[in-house]
Amino acid sequence: MTALLHVTGLSKRFRGLTAVAHVTFSVRAGHIHGLIGPNGAGKTTVFNLISGVLPPDDGEIAVDGRSVTRLPVHARAGLGLARTFQNIRLFDGMTVLENVATGAHARLTATLMQCLFRTPAWRAEERRLREQSLELLEVVGLRDRADLPAGDLSYGEQRRLEIARGLASAPRLLLLDEPAAGMNPHETEALARLLGRVRDRGVTLLLVEHDMGFVMKLCDWITVLNFGRCIAEGPPAEIRRDPVVIEAYLGAKGAARLACGESSL
Amino acid sequence: MFAQQLANGLVLGCTYALFALGFTLMFGVLKVLNLTYGFYCTAGALVALAVAGIPGATLWLALPAGALAAGGLAVVVDTLLLMPLRRVRAPELSALMVTVGAVLLLTSLLSMGLGTEIRRFPPGMLGTGTGGAVVLGPVRLAWSQVLIIATTGLLVGALLALLHGSRLGLAIRAVAGNEDAARLMGVSVARTMALVSFLSGVMGGAAGVLLGLNFNAIQPYMGESMMLHGFAVVIVGGLGNIRGALLAGVLLGVTEVMVAGYVDSALKDGVAFALMMLVLWLRPAGLGGRVVAPRV
Amino acid sequence: MPWLDDILWTYQTLIHSLGINGLLALSMYVVLAAGQLSLGQAAFMGLGAYTGALLSLHTGLPFALVLAASALAPAVVAAVIGIPTLRLTGVYLAIATIGLGEVLRVVYVNAGITGGALGLNGIPGRTETWMIFLALGLALAGAFAVGQSRIGRAMEAMRSDGIAAAVMGIDRAAGQLAALLVSAMLAGLAGCFSAHSASFIGPNDYAFETAVTILSFAILGGTGSPLGPVVGALVLTALPEVLRPLQDFRLVFNGLIIVLVVLFLPRGVVPWRMPRLGRLPRGMAP
Repeated sequence: MTALLHVTGLSKRFRGLTAVAHVTFSVRAGHIHGLIGPNGAGKTTVFNLISGVLPPDDGEIAVDGRSVTRLPVHARAGLGLARTFQNIRLFDGMTVLENVATGAHARLTATLMQCLFRTPAWRAEERRLREQSLELLEVVGLRDRADLPAGDLSYGEQRRLEIARGLASAPRLLLLDEPAAGMNPHETEALARLLGRVRDRGVTLLLVEHDMGFVMKLCDWITVLNFGRCIAEGPPAEIRRDPVVIEAYLGAKGAARLACGESSL
Repeated sequence: MFAQQLANGLVLGCTYALFALGFTLMFGVLKVLNLTYGFYCTAGALVALAVAGIPGATLWLALPAGALAAGGLAVVVDTLLLMPLRRVRAPELSALMVTVGAVLLLTSLLSMGLGTEIRRFPPGMLGTGTGGAVVLGPVRLAWSQVLIIATTGLLVGALLALLHGSRLGLAIRAVAGNEDAARLMGVSVARTMALVSFLSGVMGGAAGVLLGLNFNAIQPYMGESMMLHGFAVVIVGGLGNIRGALLAGVLLGVTEVMVAGYVDSALKDGVAFALMMLVLWLRPAGLGGRVVAPRV
Repeated sequence: MPWLDDILWTYQTLIHSLGINGLLALSMYVVLAAGQLSLGQAAFMGLGAYTGALLSLHTGLPFALVLAASALAPAVVAAVIGIPTLRLTGVYLAIATIGLGEVLRVVYVNAGITGGALGLNGIPGRTETWMIFLALGLALAGAFAVGQSRIGRAMEAMRSDGIAAAVMGIDRAAGQLAALLVSAMLAGLAGCFSAHSASFIGPNDYAFETAVTILSFAILGGTGSPLGPVVGALVLTALPEVLRPLQDFRLVFNGLIIVLVVLFLPRGVVPWRMPRLGRLPRGMAP
């Protein structure tokens, strides 16, 4: 079994409204795994549960065989979990480079005393951090923006900065919440190439995305949610043809029309 | 003796509850810890005092005048200081800091203008003479105490009726729940917030008048010392929780009177803080059970 | 240099308060920089002052140990208040610390050992000018060193966005508690210096007005770097000496400063922001 992330029977209710119900799926190491579904299907809630931003009502989350269900958010970063946010949450006052460096917090080892007295070990770590952060900015194409305040970046640039910040902790699993939202086709294509490179660096990706072309082209495996439940799972080619999925997206009428070849997912 | 103490505690608790009600309403809807709230209490009492000085004026004129003036003041403060911050979506702490500065500014100005001596309502304000009292078995309640209980009940009832039985109340609750969603539903958020400021100010002002009546002492710092009780009440009751505030107010009043009566009167001033810390350690959501958690 | 001695002697009180207020402003900065508001800085200062004064009056402890005890006492109280409130968000710490100031005043007035409403008199003048400024210098240097490390980045992250910070592996509650403890120590130290400089302390010296005044230092200067609050303290301490009429309106003025600066100059008069990642040594820059 090479599942890096294992989610079992995950459930979450908000004031009696069921957002996520008994969701079970696994993400294999080295995969780009897509989590899709119509609006309100519970995708972002699943992300919030996995990253620990929300506590689940029920269910188990395991990273690499180790249960993280009861770990606080900040403890999960140390286990190789990182994420980006749908509504971008950068540290606006910091520079682009400092944002990436902050993302590396969990893997830095300098102690208070080392920071206070600026020991050689501290200097060496900060120097490496600076180089690594600049290199990550190179990967996402923001190298020349390093010293700007993060709040000054364009929308697409901010999304890429979130990815760089997520990668800074050298995670094994990176959760991407709608990374292509608000990007033009050209940017989306560049993003797909970027995510391919990230996967090739050995990072497993779980992503929520609405751009179906993007998901179908990029993902190795897809899990489909609707009304908080898992309704389908499989490789993109299967998901694309699955009548249950088509119906969930288009409703019964749309599915019938699709069957006549009028539209395509 | 015990019954009398209990009654006194209840009366004191009513003023705390009434005072804290506006404070917790303001926090629940505007999401701002407004420290100038204590000043509305002082302002209400002072305006009522000024009106009571007019020949022929009774409490029935002075009380509403003080309450309405405080409501107006609350709207002015909110518009001048908090609206601009809301517009630029400034961090939560900026709004809190502005009100910290404002309350020092307003209170210091007032005490420089009026001096810090204690002022009193003219005798006979209740129209029945100050000596009048209601005797219920072993309990003797002065008219002013009866008035406090009645006014608190009336205002709390009116507030709950407004919140749960009117379109306006629905709008207020919608804004309290989720400002953006309320806006999408067609609620005028700015107007609702102004209304809530006004209502809170009225509550604070009314509490000030009643407090002035209860202790027969009005001075520029009375609101500031009330704020400490207000904090304890909203935390013990749960921040933003109206029923919790009511319960916690009465609890605090009774505890204070009991501690002063049976333990040591010097400890009375520490009761509010002790209760607050106890709740924070043991049940941070408050007795009403609602905690302000970070929003995702 | 006799003329320097003259100046130091004539203006000793002012010079001492410049340094002490600088320390207090820095203590405020440490909490604000981690994204919390404490209105207990005056209370922590008072705890340091009373602890130090009582030790000096009743024991023969050397001043260094008195200072250490004066820093520790408020830190213990800060832990009792900070642990439950910092698990929650935003306003809880502010509320609890306002209450602390008031309840301590009641304690000072009622406890026998603290001298009641009259306070404590005849505290030996053990504070030397160099001690205050050495402490201020060390604290400032420490704030810069830590501020430009992973700890400083974590602090700014939790101030900027608590949830994003947690996802980066930053423990917000622990970080803010640590900041509060350091802040209480600095304020306690300042209180101890001031008690041994003024020779008299009273229960009303550490009330809400003092807490707000300390806040006004930090806000006027701005919290982009540790330098801002110290500059703010110097300005607001020296100004009433230069502009005598201001003294009567001191509280009004401090309140007004906070309101105006938050509304119209949110970065303060020292808008410079401390970089959070050290620069590369020359020649290594890409």
